[in-house]
Amino acid sequence: MPKLYTGAEIVFKCLEDQKVEYIFGYPGGAVLPIYDELKNHSSIKHILVRHEQGAGHAAEGYARSSGKPGVVLVTSGPGATNVVTALTDAYMDSVPLVCISGQVPTHLIGTDAFQECDTTGITRPCTKHNWLVKNIDDLPRILHEAFHVATSGRPGPVLVDIPKDIQFAKTKYSKPKFEKKLNGKSHNKFSQKEIDQLIDLITKAKKPIFYTGGGVINSGPKASEALRELVHLTGFPITSTLQGLGAYPGDDHQFLGMLGMHGTYEANNAMHDCDLLINIGARFDDRITGKIDEFSPKSKKVHIDIDPSSINKIIKVDLSVVGDVYEVIKSTIKTINKKKINFAKSNKQQISNWWQQIQKWRSKDSLGFTNSDVTIKPQFAVQRLYELTKNQDTYITTEVGQHQMWAAQHYKFNKPNRWMTSGGLGTMGYGLPAAVGVQIAHPKKLVIDIAGEASVLMTMQEMSTAIQYNLPIKIFILNNQYMGMVRQWQELLHEKNYSESYSEALPDFIKMAEAYGCKGIKATDPSELDEKIQEMIDYDGPVIFDCHVDPTENCFPMIPSGKPHNQMILGPKDKDENKITGKGKSLV
Amino acid sequence: MAKAKSAYSVPTKGGKPDTHIIVVWVDNEAGVLARVVGLFSGRGYNIESLAVAEIDFKRNISRVTIVTTGTPQVIDQIKLQLKKLVPVHKVADFKREDKRVIFKEMALFKIVSSEKNIKKSLNACKTFHPVILDKTNKSAVIQITALRREIDLMMKKLKPLGLVSASRTGAVAMTRGADIFN
Repeated sequence: MPKLYTGAEIVFKCLEDQKVEYIFGYPGGAVLPIYDELKNHSSIKHILVRHEQGAGHAAEGYARSSGKPGVVLVTSGPGATNVVTALTDAYMDSVPLVCISGQVPTHLIGTDAFQECDTTGITRPCTKHNWLVKNIDDLPRILHEAFHVATSGRPGPVLVDIPKDIQFAKTKYSKPKFEKKLNGKSHNKFSQKEIDQLIDLITKAKKPIFYTGGGVINSGPKASEALRELVHLTGFPITSTLQGLGAYPGDDHQFLGMLGMHGTYEANNAMHDCDLLINIGARFDDRITGKIDEFSPKSKKVHIDIDPSSINKIIKVDLSVVGDVYEVIKSTIKTINKKKINFAKSNKQQISNWWQQIQKWRSKDSLGFTNSDVTIKPQFAVQRLYELTKNQDTYITTEVGQHQMWAAQHYKFNKPNRWMTSGGLGTMGYGLPAAVGVQIAHPKKLVIDIAGEASVLMTMQEMSTAIQYNLPIKIFILNNQYMGMVRQWQELLHEKNYSESYSEALPDFIKMAEAYGCKGIKATDPSELDEKIQEMIDYDGPVIFDCHVDPTENCFPMIPSGKPHNQMILGPKDKDENKITGKGKSLV
Repeated sequence: MAKAKSAYSVPTKGGKPDTHIIVVWVDNEAGVLARVVGLFSGRGYNIESLAVAEIDFKRNISRVTIVTTGTPQVIDQIKLQLKKLVPVHKVADFKREDKRVIFKEMALFKIVSSEKNIKKSLNACKTFHPVILDKTNKSAVIQITALRREIDLMMKKLKPLGLVSASRTGAVAMTRGADIFN
């Protein structure tokens, strides 16, 4: 007679078999049996958060910085509803999460019991898949399947809802021997013919560009290596989405910076004027494309993605390769090397005019700003932070808003998995708990949350978590007293009617830091910035850095109001040109 | 600045919308219909009609037939998004005009009227092989199978003859000849 295990034991047996080291969670009535079992499993450490949303974002930070799935454990009802934001965030940004939620006992489901909610119903649209376990015998299979779904193909969050009586019920446990083929949902079957077509386009292109995204990061560090090889081999310029930063070195000559709404002038103009656009692991998000009708009008478009539903969703492409980014790039490089030995040389001549044009755009210095010696400019603050941290392996998370864009523009990433930001959903309050998760995965590394004062207050309670586990995260707040991005849009689109975007009654962040038991640092003068940043880096423990920046600064360049890529507003330095209408601009 | 006070793109001109019949094979498990239907409502696709029932009792597979309208791009998205759902095995899609496929809906009509009118009603339904499922001296329940627009037409015709209640299914589909869906 095989040994029988309780549902709670099986949860941990599965986590152990999946080599899970950390779970982020918060206890409650309907998960108590699982929490009771925690003490018997020393290889799994539970990180107690202060709010379930924080658990979700921390698990996201953990997953994105380590490449392993993040695991979340919450109770029924409010526990589950609180984690919905994080699940949606992970769904939009393709982050593998496995969320285990408690549920009221099966006989009470549907009776409006205490802390009951229809968890699988609520989370159905924000997970790749979810399960309500109604029979203990299904639990081992479902849990392993959950990990498989979360991590395979285009990664994403899943949820397993386990009623309390199932956690007590007993069954046999065996590790599944084979991976169940989930109705053939793994898509990695591109053909050599497609690779040949891609290479044909590459050899003919005179104005090519690589447009890469988070898919490269999700494909693993090997994919970033392969991408670098491919870009060097072809000599093509490369631009990246917000999520793709770090897949290609930010300080490399061939890198044009980020593209899109707050992307660089050179990246966006190159996207508009190119004759070959190779999208690798990006999804033509509306922050990237601007006006669809005028998006890159003269180019042949190639889309490499693991998710077939991303192909032709927004932009019709001429060639699609559905597959894992690493496999596709590897196969492309292999074919190039095999077939065209002289390819690299001749091709670089063919695109030299293109590079000259790009240099002209680059000379605009679209990320430039007027510095001040009176107030700290937020761009300057990020630049100094970068300069003072670039010599060590630094992990950056952000909240959402102007500071996020400035971080993306001015902090240069050289490695994948070092940049964790909420792109798709744009979740204010993401950065602080994400930093907690990153620091858990990389205890010895420097982890900084570049934050805004409005965003960070949304999940400030997680400082308590950082203190509890001695996580030396640095919260670098660009404090402009406004919801800066909201204020910017109101300035540009709503005649400076700053409706409810000014934060009155902000807390004293120094005292707040002290109240939590961490260090508070405040900077108001540009001359003291370096010294204070160094103090933050050197402090062995969590820090809240209150960096008072110019409250009126706007984030430029910017593609406004559903305009195409070649009609950007540049910074205040470029005021005259702002008045030039669309047609004039395209002549530049 | 542009007049449009938004940083979102303006809608683009799509293609011409067509009516399609989408057939989906799914695991018959709790919540599966909600997943399929939720995908449609969540992404703004419309459902004209829906028919679902288990067709393979051994493997627990249900067949869902959905009639929808959309531009070619939207129809492609519907199919690709459906294929991503974990319980979905395969997806097939046909234009309504497709001659290689049979589409049928079933309707039950309740006529409450004189014997004469009931007879007239039966006559009117003749081309659709009416079956009388129940009959009294002042009422009848008639079953027909036909296309959606044919049933629409019949309902109009039967109204003056005493149609008091109608119940209809969504369309189901089957390929002609020896071919099967793939």
